[in-house]
Amino acid sequence: MTINTLAKGGCHREQMACFRKMEKVIVAMQDPDMGMKMRNQRLLITVIPHAMTGHDIIAWLTHKYRISEEESLHLGNMLVKYGYIYPLKEPRCLVLRPDESPYRFQTPYFWTSTRWPASELDYAIYLAKKNIRKQGELMEYEKERYSLLHKRINHTWDFVVMQAREQLRASKQRRKADRIVLECQEQAYWLINRPPPGVNNVLDTGLERPNNFSCRVTLNSDYYKREIEACRKALGRNRVKSSICLEGFLKYSEQYLNHDPIMQGCLPSNPWISDDTAHWTMNAEIVPVPTRLRVERWSFSFMELLNDAMGRREFMTYLEKEFSAENLYFWQACEDIRHGESSKIVEKVEDIYKNFLAPGAARWVNIDSKTMDKTLEGIKRPHRFVMDDAQMHIYFLMKKDSYPRYLKSDLYKNMLAKAIVPQETKKSVFPFMRRQRHSSPSPAQTATQAAEEEGLAKGAGANSAAGSHF
Amino acid sequence: IPMQTYFILSYTQVKIQSPPTPEMATQEVPLNETLAHLKTESETLKSKLEEERAKLHDVELHQVAEKVEGLGQFVMKTRRTLKGHGNKVLCMDWCKDKRRIVSSSQDGKVIVWDAFTTNKEHAVTMPCTWVMACAYAPSGCAVACGGLDNKCSVYPLSLDKNENLAAKKKSVAMHTNYLSACSFTNSDMQILTSSGDGTCALWDVESGQLLQSFHGHAADVLCLDLAPSETGNTFVSGGCDKKANVWDMRSGQCIQSFETHESDINSVRYYPSGDAFASGSDDATCRLYDLRADREVAIYSKDSIIFGVSSVDFSLSGRLLFGGYNDYTINVWDVLKGTRVSILFGHENRVSTLRVSPDGTAFCTGSWDHTLRIWA
Repeated sequence: MTINTLAKGGCHREQMACFRKMEKVIVAMQDPDMGMKMRNQRLLITVIPHAMTGHDIIAWLTHKYRISEEESLHLGNMLVKYGYIYPLKEPRCLVLRPDESPYRFQTPYFWTSTRWPASELDYAIYLAKKNIRKQGELMEYEKERYSLLHKRINHTWDFVVMQAREQLRASKQRRKADRIVLECQEQAYWLINRPPPGVNNVLDTGLERPNNFSCRVTLNSDYYKREIEACRKALGRNRVKSSICLEGFLKYSEQYLNHDPIMQGCLPSNPWISDDTAHWTMNAEIVPVPTRLRVERWSFSFMELLNDAMGRREFMTYLEKEFSAENLYFWQACEDIRHGESSKIVEKVEDIYKNFLAPGAARWVNIDSKTMDKTLEGIKRPHRFVMDDAQMHIYFLMKKDSYPRYLKSDLYKNMLAKAIVPQETKKSVFPFMRRQRHSSPSPAQTATQAAEEEGLAKGAGANSAAGSHF
Repeated sequence: IPMQTYFILSYTQVKIQSPPTPEMATQEVPLNETLAHLKTESETLKSKLEEERAKLHDVELHQVAEKVEGLGQFVMKTRRTLKGHGNKVLCMDWCKDKRRIVSSSQDGKVIVWDAFTTNKEHAVTMPCTWVMACAYAPSGCAVACGGLDNKCSVYPLSLDKNENLAAKKKSVAMHTNYLSACSFTNSDMQILTSSGDGTCALWDVESGQLLQSFHGHAADVLCLDLAPSETGNTFVSGGCDKKANVWDMRSGQCIQSFETHESDINSVRYYPSGDAFASGSDDATCRLYDLRADREVAIYSKDSIIFGVSSVDFSLSGRLLFGGYNDYTINVWDVLKGTRVSILFGHENRVSTLRVSPDGTAFCTGSWDHTLRIWA
């Protein structure tokens, strides 16, 4: 067990925000008009006033936030876990039960946020009180902590015992009902701030993050100068009216609706639900016949076509027919430079010059003279982005010219016509029988094999239902 | 600055220290004044920027979306539970093969799973705890990870059972504070990282060379995402300074910045078209920022949602936004209408990471309850 170490003088930012929000809920729950109806609850022979049942809490939350009972139960549970409401029956179990179990609001004095951070001294006094009040009342883990504390703050132990005795004496003078309530409240507080072993520590926020403006980044004049520069640029930028931009979202969602398995399902079935990998097999990187949805998607944007290996292959075939395949080869070579190893840049740039840009090159690309001049100049000192302008020129050329014509071509139309529309897998007659889940070859293995077999097609990697190796 | 003020201030400086030369007096004062001056100028410009941005905002997203059909009841369930981590799961990423994933946890373990069969295929123990970042290489042949060691390392995935993966480990990125997120760019050859040291950086995997660094956040950077754009040159990052910054990867410049969240931004994710991105924050809201309109265009929040968002991702069509929250739940939002479509229960502690699979058939969550779940 470790005592939580928290930043001196400040509560964890994230926690505080949540505490404040929960406290708002709690205050609303206790509102005289709109809050909960409280009543007396019987606990053995004592009557505790101002209590409510688990059921009441859930009903109030359901009504106030217009959420389902399941969600109310969850939210209510959080309020209990964080100590704003505590149970009267089974007080060591901080759980909200959706029944007639009685609960009570924690007094703000004992809110975790009020007494932050929980101090060692207070914990010692609490344990001492328990120990004095009734021998053997301390649980095993509490006994351990008690002796640890005794060692650690031994110098103040007299004070601890004195305080404990004093508090016990004061409480004896209260009415029994009040005494029980106070004991419950205090116990609830410590269950949260010093949770028993094995219980989730709700106050655990992981790695501590620094306050808003970390001293790790120096907010010096350079920082502000950069901010100012960025702001000036931003002020000068062209903005598009919201009404135009937002229409774009509607269009996009509509266009891709049928392609979104979570929204519309997928054919023949979603592998995660049916345990059948047919959907993946049919949509593997290279297949004899692609699915209709896939071919349709090539018409959504030039990017979609290029991002799909088969689409790109088809487009290349089309370009060959049009005698403009060098454009795509050029684009691919440029991509290779942009995303490849730094060490190969010089060599690749040279290759590109030889194959695409040099006068009389085998695959000479038609770039405007301005861009060509700039590129040739840049090649003298090759770097990762030296081909960018030329690449962009060719990309937009293909996008505006070849791509739309490809979509109108017989090549594409035939592809679309013979594309598969998978049959939906009928639900199994015996739904309880789970299909065997076949493993698939790891992409890592495929690469090793490919390296060994020296450049065989990647087709093997995508097919599933291979025997399990593991 | 009125001459009087200048002399008074310089006089104060002189009084505290030994009588300086006139030169020293000139140096001391303007520096402090300039900093405050710069700060004010920066803040003034920011307000002006917000005013400009507001001018073209003639309609709200949910208004435009009124004509769109509402979404029906959503039934999503846990289809797989991956057990094997001994401590909090902090991060996960999908392989391009749509079924494998890599996950990392607080105890230093990085595991590669075939999520479909739930088999563990590889495991690595990092020399540090709190492995907050992990990523799958586009080829599927390697994974990258890092955390409290301030580094990002790449492990080639070997299928030789006898080989110790850690032996082939390659140290790529070096920051001066914890690694919060990492991502391969379009190939296995470059990695983008974000760090608690307030910067992001682009690295060449082969040589470990720093290709570009990105300065502009005022505090820890917690997350990043690469843009799926045609020209593929930008990425967005979010940090403890409540800012979401869009960067040009080539020049290292911050090209757009948004500061509307009220607390740390834990997650950023591009909308599938690349024209916008969503963010999730400790302020319990998710927000959508349109890059062409250059402003926040939607807030996804609810009174009953109190705890912070740790992780967000879009469904394939961008119609749905999934958020993993610190109250152990997942909230599903209708991106267009701004309403909460569904709430999913199942995890027994914080949801720390959430990613939709590459083909959109499912999404995976990782939690502090030591497990990962696949939902569909």
